[in-house]
Amino acid sequence: MPISYYIFLAVIIFSIGVTGVLTRRNSIIVFMCIELMLNAVNLLLVAFSKLHHQRMLALDPANITAGTEGQLFVFFIMVVAAAEVSVGLAIIVLMYRNVHSVDINFLNRLKN
Amino acid sequence: MKFAPFIPLLPLAGFLINGLLRNRLSKTATGIVGSGVVLIAFVLSILVFNSAAAGQSQIFQLFEFIKVGSLNIPFEFQVDQLTALFLLVITGVGFLIHVYSTAYMHEESNAHFARYFAYLNLFVFSMLLLVMGGNYVIMFIGWEGVGLCSYLLIGYWFKNREYNNAAKKAFVMNRIGDLGFLIAVFWMIQTFGSTSYANIFTQLPGEASTAVLTGITLLLLVGAMGKSAQIPLYTWLPDAMAGPTPVSALIHAATMVTAGIYMIARSNLMYALAPASMHVVAIVGLATALLAATIAIKQNDIKKVLAYSTVSQLGYMFLGLGVGAFTGAVFHVMTHAFFKALLFLGAGSVIHAMHHQQDMRFYGGLKKFMPITHFTMLMGCLAIAGIPPFSGFFSKDEILVHAFEANPIYYILGLLGALMTAFYMFRLYAMTFMGEHRSDLSHHHPHESPKAMTIPLIVLAVLSVVGGIIGIPALFMHDGHKLNTFLTPVFEGSKQYLEKHEPLSHSQEWMMIAISVSLIVVMIVLAIRKYSKSVDAEATGLGKVLENKWYVDELYDTIIVKPLLAIGGFFNTVVEKSGIDRLVNGVGKGLHYSSRQLRLLQSGNVGSYLLMIVIAIILLIRLVFYVKL
Repeated sequence: MPISYYIFLAVIIFSIGVTGVLTRRNSIIVFMCIELMLNAVNLLLVAFSKLHHQRMLALDPANITAGTEGQLFVFFIMVVAAAEVSVGLAIIVLMYRNVHSVDINFLNRLKN
Repeated sequence: MKFAPFIPLLPLAGFLINGLLRNRLSKTATGIVGSGVVLIAFVLSILVFNSAAAGQSQIFQLFEFIKVGSLNIPFEFQVDQLTALFLLVITGVGFLIHVYSTAYMHEESNAHFARYFAYLNLFVFSMLLLVMGGNYVIMFIGWEGVGLCSYLLIGYWFKNREYNNAAKKAFVMNRIGDLGFLIAVFWMIQTFGSTSYANIFTQLPGEASTAVLTGITLLLLVGAMGKSAQIPLYTWLPDAMAGPTPVSALIHAATMVTAGIYMIARSNLMYALAPASMHVVAIVGLATALLAATIAIKQNDIKKVLAYSTVSQLGYMFLGLGVGAFTGAVFHVMTHAFFKALLFLGAGSVIHAMHHQQDMRFYGGLKKFMPITHFTMLMGCLAIAGIPPFSGFFSKDEILVHAFEANPIYYILGLLGALMTAFYMFRLYAMTFMGEHRSDLSHHHPHESPKAMTIPLIVLAVLSVVGGIIGIPALFMHDGHKLNTFLTPVFEGSKQYLEKHEPLSHSQEWMMIAISVSLIVVMIVLAIRKYSKSVDAEATGLGKVLENKWYVDELYDTIIVKPLLAIGGFFNTVVEKSGIDRLVNGVGKGLHYSSRQLRLLQSGNVGSYLLMIVIAIILLIRLVFYVKL
């Protein structure tokens, strides 16, 4: 498949994420949209890494692992993202306990 | 000679003891410490004087003071004949005045009494530094020190606003002169690469052109004008009479005001090589002598008369310096220190007896109440008037003879000043001591002052009478001018460069003395006849101008003080308030306003924050990818 497909898909997902972050008020949905953006970038990383791997393989067929660092990196990102999610959800739970709502417009206590 | 560096340390120690322990010491202890240190300094000065008389002079390199690049200004003392003579006068007269002060100031509280003595000791220290310094920088330290002490002592009664103003006036006037001195020092550093007398005078003549020397000496003269109260910077000295009377005697008559004469006498070689400056010195001195004498004739405050008399006598000394009679000027410094200190202390004794009444119109007939004061004052008046064989005669005569040799007009004007001197001094004498008493005697009774005051008067009176014997002119006695012989090592270097004048023949000299003495006697008789019975009526015409000191203070007020105040007001209201203040306040206001507007961005609304984050990221991306840096 051409790389442009992946790019288009990633851009669409990222845009959905941005739009969601900007327009939605439910913090869980905002959170999910952030995850969408993250995963769009992850997807791009995998796609570019695959492309890179093919190039390297063509140059040196003996080395079958050349240029796969990006794909490995994605796993790390997923682990970090999982940790981040747990923190984020904890914040949302605490928020709910405090204001009995997950609407981000209630998070204006820092004002003044 | 080797004790010389300790001489200034003694008054410094006295200053520290009296200054730091002023709340603990009793008046007796303060008086003993204050006078004692000066007495020891005096004894050491006699030793130094003896070795100087034997022809010794020495430079003491104490420590490195300023060293910048090739310029090296050590902290050094130079003790030679001129210094030794000044040491004797400063510590000797200073000691007598310290003793006198213990009685004169006894009404003060303990702490203020000690403060007074601390200042007095500090003054003596500074003055000693001034005359002992081996270079112009050390001299300048002393020069500033005596100015400071003068300020502190004029404003000693600091609760009186007028006295404070007088102190400030003295300080500011002195500062104007000091600027000239300072520039001269810089110029010397540039020309000679050193400020030490020894280095500078060995480079002369040759190292500096006449023009440069004229510039340096004129700037030094500006300094001397300030310190020694010459036209145009003399107006501070009469106002300085606000200080306690012994202070006037010590600082504003006997020692500090002679600093300018010392400095010019010390720089005699430079002045001799700059004839134009010599003429300026002579003319300034003569003008001051005459102007101050005319003012003194019409003053009614006893201390003001003496103050103007001091200005006038300082003018004589400048005249002497200007016509090349350096020895004569230094001689007059010495005799003047004796009789003017005596007159001031006598005036202080009178003021003390009259409960701080200083107006002579309320005196009169004090002869019978204060016999010692009366007699000593009479000696002082005769000495300053120049009656032979009192000391003032010899010194004044020497200056006038040299003035005649230089220019007969100098002599005629100088004689005129001497006649006025005789007149106003005996006017003072007659108004104070003769005739009937003119104030109400029912409340108080004038009394003779205590011993601590009369003994210094007697000692000074003896010195005023016999002080002239060290300078008897060749006319009376061959080789009688001991002072001339003594000071030869200091002044011989400049002798060959001075303008040569035809010396007077003995018959001419006899004639001059006869004329001046007979005219002076006439003036004395006139003054006594006029003022022993009556006082001046309300002055009109010229008399009023003289009484108001030629309106010089008013003139300075109009041409200098008021324009300065106006400029100050302009800078205050326009430049400062509406210029600088507005700019500074504008910056503050602008920040305040913009932050008020920016604050609205922090709405607390998470949604809008998120929007801003996205916009910022987009902008950053644009910046990174599309703007070529």
